[in-house]
Amino acid sequence: MTTPASQVVETPPHDAAEPHLGFVRRYIFSTDHKIIGIQYMLTGLVMAIAGALLATLIRLQLGWPTHQWQWLALLLPKGMPGGVMTPEFYLAVVTMHGTIMVFFFISYVLVSGFGNFLVPLQIGARDMAFPFLNMLSYWIALLSALVMLASFFVEGGAAAAGWTAYPPLSAVWSAVPGSQLGQTVWLLSMALFIVSFTMSSLNFVATVFSLRAPGMSMWRMSLTVWSYFISSILGLLAFPALTAAAVMLLLDRHLGTSFFLPSGLVVANRLLPNQGGSPLLWQHLFWFLGHPEVYVLILPALGVACDILPTFTRKPIFGYRIQVWCLIAVGVLSMIVWGHHMFVSGMSPFSGEYFSLVTLTITVPMTIFGVNMLASLSGGRLLLRTPMLFALGVIALFGSGGFGGLFLGNATANMQLHDTYFVVGHFHLMIGGVTMLGTFGAIYFWFPKMFGRMMSERLGKVHFWFTFVPFFTLFFMQHFLGLQGMLRRYYAFTSYDFLKRTQGQNVVISLLAMVLVAGQLVFLANFVWSLLKGRVAAANPWQATTLEWTVASPPPHGNFGAALPDVHRWSYEYGVDDVEGDFAAQSVPPERVPVTA
Amino acid sequence: MAQAAAQVVDRWGGGVCPFEAGWRKVMMWVFIVTDGLLFAGFLASYGYARVLAANWPEQSSVFSLPYIAAMTFVLISSSATMASAVQAAQAGRRPTVLRFVLLTALGGIMFLSMQAYEWTHLIEAGARLDHNPWGVPAFGSFFFLLTGFHGTHVLIGVLTLLVVAVRSAKRLATPEGVEIAGLYWHFVDLVWVFIFTLFYLL
Repeated sequence: MTTPASQVVETPPHDAAEPHLGFVRRYIFSTDHKIIGIQYMLTGLVMAIAGALLATLIRLQLGWPTHQWQWLALLLPKGMPGGVMTPEFYLAVVTMHGTIMVFFFISYVLVSGFGNFLVPLQIGARDMAFPFLNMLSYWIALLSALVMLASFFVEGGAAAAGWTAYPPLSAVWSAVPGSQLGQTVWLLSMALFIVSFTMSSLNFVATVFSLRAPGMSMWRMSLTVWSYFISSILGLLAFPALTAAAVMLLLDRHLGTSFFLPSGLVVANRLLPNQGGSPLLWQHLFWFLGHPEVYVLILPALGVACDILPTFTRKPIFGYRIQVWCLIAVGVLSMIVWGHHMFVSGMSPFSGEYFSLVTLTITVPMTIFGVNMLASLSGGRLLLRTPMLFALGVIALFGSGGFGGLFLGNATANMQLHDTYFVVGHFHLMIGGVTMLGTFGAIYFWFPKMFGRMMSERLGKVHFWFTFVPFFTLFFMQHFLGLQGMLRRYYAFTSYDFLKRTQGQNVVISLLAMVLVAGQLVFLANFVWSLLKGRVAAANPWQATTLEWTVASPPPHGNFGAALPDVHRWSYEYGVDDVEGDFAAQSVPPERVPVTA
Repeated sequence: MAQAAAQVVDRWGGGVCPFEAGWRKVMMWVFIVTDGLLFAGFLASYGYARVLAANWPEQSSVFSLPYIAAMTFVLISSSATMASAVQAAQAGRRPTVLRFVLLTALGGIMFLSMQAYEWTHLIEAGARLDHNPWGVPAFGSFFFLLTGFHGTHVLIGVLTLLVVAVRSAKRLATPEGVEIAGLYWHFVDLVWVFIFTLFYLL
């Protein structure tokens, strides 16, 4: 309504004035979806470094709980006096590691970053539907990340109630130091995140509906676009519940309400005046968001993997339409299973039955999806380039991580496994590993399109093996720690007799974690080196079929020259005869290569 | 019949928006869904708290229900004037658009004033966010939370309508713009119907 008429709808005109824009408007306050995507990606990668440092601290503590790290005492005099971490600081570190990795690494790099970069290019649009809103969503996202980092420096330190922020720990100011100002800052940062994520998801949905190029029917969109489309819808449906919960938690914390605080609560030997609330209400609201949220993150990783696989097997993806229906089915199911995070909350056995049943039903579309990915490999000529290695890694982690989900989704088994390292291992394989490998696969695959240079293959392969092997091994081992009864928020195995024999395992896991973090240095070096010195990339270095590969690397402002492309076929036309090779881009007319779908 | 079906398929074929609407309207519809779910979150929490509560006050002893009914009537009437504004915009009758948009904004302002009076009255009677003289604390908490959030939405709606009115006076308003503002306004009214039913009546 307040946008200038030049941005109107179906075919926004090519903005010829762009080359005259100054540096600031082109690269900093840019409304170009590609720049915004790259901004999101870089922000997310910086946050990932913060998250990885926190993970290192966690593993130092869990591997060697009594060791005095003198040099860390100098860096963190309050959190690690004398070189040994305080339990309160440990909780804050765990909380911030989870929050940063889920909301500020995967969401920013994979969902918002690659979503922004890829969706308009792959559907044949010049930009997102509402470019200004898109820019606004990035700047609010950046603010949200900075506010989250700032919470380390407020009185009492960062929030310590876990990324799930369960009350009363998160609601009572006097519970732990992290429950003071740090928790409020955490909530404010999450509120900003939700505002930003809502704006960007609205943009994705409107863009996919309205701005597809002529001929780009829904059934010709790549699985990448489908996955972003569905994950945006899921985000829009799920996040409001957390917004409502966050507002109520802020009121509980600052204005004395009792939404989440029951009567008769005693904290630090003091009877709290609150009455009548219920901490379970928070759990319901949080998990109503929290469960769909993991699909918001994992679906794009699966979609991206499904676009990398055909490129490096040189044959179409297996069961394209079934894959789409699986994504939709998982999206629907994810909205009605939140109670499986609450089996031990004293819920009625009938509710438990229901939540077990629908949770295990998710296995059906997800298994079909995974098996289709495997079937896409069969009979193909596997070209083991770096993006392909990461896509294969996605399949491996998705299969093994998903298997652990079968145990956790079952209420009976969950009673034993709840809050143990079995859960930690499971969700790290899934929303830690599948999404991280998908993110790296996407970076190696689309880096040439983003920056016009290839990444180093040799360093890429080193990075893959130093990521996949330690990652899989250490989180696989954590499942067994869980079976031995180690709980996820325990601060030291030395505090419990029955856990003392897990010392060896904890040390090995910690060492593997160090290898994993060190392996990421290879990636950072590769990223920076390739940006400056990498081989110049052709328009279509992987001989792929989607529309972004039909334009220059990096694509010009407005993406598609004078006229939008005409789309004649689906996204997976591999194994055909054409002058350019064994593939046909989506814009190749049917007279040149027959259309198969 | 077959021809109509072919057209439906065509609209999904790319190049145009499938809904015979621009992306702005699509975006507003999706926003309404997500914003509606925010209120659903609050209302579901209210339901949860009410089931838990030992003594929920009898609403008719706290509120003057005829007064709330009058508020509701004002807000619903403003939806009718909004519909007239949208219709006039589509017919290109600009002075009528301006008149009806201003009338709608006036309805919103009246509603907000009545709500401010209600809040003042209840606060004087001792209602606070964390306690109230009639029953469990959750009663007052949810009263201020629900009506406060809804009132904020009405306020944003009024401001939007004033912007539409200014743009209409300057001949900048498009029929689609008026319609989108109208969508939001109807949504805000619809939310009130739910709050009125679930919080005041039930």
